[in-house]
Amino acid sequence: MTTSTRLAPSPVLLDVPPDPIPFGRVVTTELRKAFDTRSGLWLLVAVAATAALASAGVAWWAPEELLTFETFATAVGVPTGFLLPVIAVLSVTSEWSQRTGLTTFTLVPRRSRTIAAKAVAMLGVAVVSMLVAMGIGALGTLAGSALRDVEPTWDTSAVMLATTVLAQVLSVAVGLVLGLVMRQSAAALVGYFVFAFVLPPVGQVLAATQSWYADVQGWVDFGFTQTKLYDTDLGGREWWQLATVVTLWLLVPAAVGLWRLRRAEVA
Amino acid sequence: MIQVESLTKRYGAHTAVDDVSFTAAPGEVTGFLGPNGAGKSTTLRILTGLTPADAGTATIGGRRFAELPNPGREVGVLLDASAQHAGRTGREVLGVAAHVMGLPTARVDETLDVVGLSAAESRRRVRQYSLGMRQRLGLATALLARPGVLVLDEPANGLDPAGIRWMRDLLRSYADGGATVLLSSHLLHEIEQVADRIVVIGGGRVVASGTTESLLAASGTLARATDPEALRRALDAARLAHREQAGSLRVDADPAEVASIAHAAGVLLVELRPAGGAGLEETFLRLTAETARERVTTDGGVR
Repeated sequence: MTTSTRLAPSPVLLDVPPDPIPFGRVVTTELRKAFDTRSGLWLLVAVAATAALASAGVAWWAPEELLTFETFATAVGVPTGFLLPVIAVLSVTSEWSQRTGLTTFTLVPRRSRTIAAKAVAMLGVAVVSMLVAMGIGALGTLAGSALRDVEPTWDTSAVMLATTVLAQVLSVAVGLVLGLVMRQSAAALVGYFVFAFVLPPVGQVLAATQSWYADVQGWVDFGFTQTKLYDTDLGGREWWQLATVVTLWLLVPAAVGLWRLRRAEVA
Repeated sequence: MIQVESLTKRYGAHTAVDDVSFTAAPGEVTGFLGPNGAGKSTTLRILTGLTPADAGTATIGGRRFAELPNPGREVGVLLDASAQHAGRTGREVLGVAAHVMGLPTARVDETLDVVGLSAAESRRRVRQYSLGMRQRLGLATALLARPGVLVLDEPANGLDPAGIRWMRDLLRSYADGGATVLLSSHLLHEIEQVADRIVVIGGGRVVASGTTESLLAASGTLARATDPEALRRALDAARLAHREQAGSLRVDADPAEVASIAHAAGVLLVELRPAGGAGLEETFLRLTAETARERVTTDGGVR
């Protein structure tokens, strides 16, 4: 750090206001910010590493009848599905926890615009990550079957692939909404782990012991209904259930969170 | 041009900003001076759209901050140098800002050079930066687009004396280039050397404002006599208000008037000068004494 006299900048005095910032540029900015920090970078490395390890593990150790495309795609998709929401949480909460909001919201004053850009960026990452998972699944199926000398098994449908992508998108949306509502990294991450790992077994126990809950579970239990996206082709009733839990757990909290965030102090 | 009109902000029963009005003009450095908790930061945060006001307006070039199509291009803002992601490199902080503003990446290197951060320093993560380096990085973010308006909250915090001087020179020449520069400080001597106009705020209210020259001129004369008692009597006889300040007498009059009174009374003066900064400091402390956390004695000492 030096203090010698160097070129002194002069202001650029604009006669006409500059062009507005296009939304796409806010999206690419938010995408960049999600991965250009130390934590973002390591989360990305962790996603890639677990995906690679999981597919290698399947290729070596899975019994032959499970050496299928679905097994590979799941092996990549599941760890990715747990880690990407963490990146989504941090992309929102870091604006407060790391106090970058001071810069972010003075460069893009309409906060809902920044949040929408974060949502587009993160949901886009969710889709791309699943496409990558499927690519690895396809390669793994070919490589694994060659390695173990069995016929490659393609045991999935286009609909299944699409619902799997949707499930992933919903997981990342959970991270975004938690970040939006909590606005604090530690609290939102704890909230995410409770939501993703504590509530589902609680729901299972409840459904097994309380018949009234078993009847309504599909309509209120987000994890329970979301998981159906991985398993079977959904019928009309399941889609309605999905729409209900998404409204209940994602859309309503997101609306409340966004409303509060637009009025909140940025400290 | 920054225009703040009748701005008011309450937090419960506490009024943080109370009917504050002032303007900052192009080509000038406007100093926003007040003790901690006087309402400076809240005013600047309202001005930049981070805090909603309860009443009043704050505009930049006639528009509210939120209405600016690409605010970074028109207004450079530095509110808190510590408010940067600890895990991001300095260069990347600027890279992100340049990207969203739509500036070429080359501007990042130019601006790093302007604020005196080396290429090696810029590749370190902000976690490892000293407060002074963060302050330079924050100023770099504000200067990235060479905006016509700068809004800086306590920009000299954490800078060493050479750094403070460098920043003062930079802001001076930037304003001379036609920019509107508004900077806050709780230290008078930081402000008086660079500001063309000063707005003094205390307890959420504007308690004084004017050109730095007029505020300094209004602060009287410092006089010291070999016989202080005789000087005091002479001033009393001339009905001039005075008080003891750091071993001298501070008189509410200009030096020539004090000199002629002393001369007529046959009092030998060994010091005679405009009170200037010392006087404004005293004025500043007195004006803001009601809100200051410490009680301040009239000679400027703190007890």
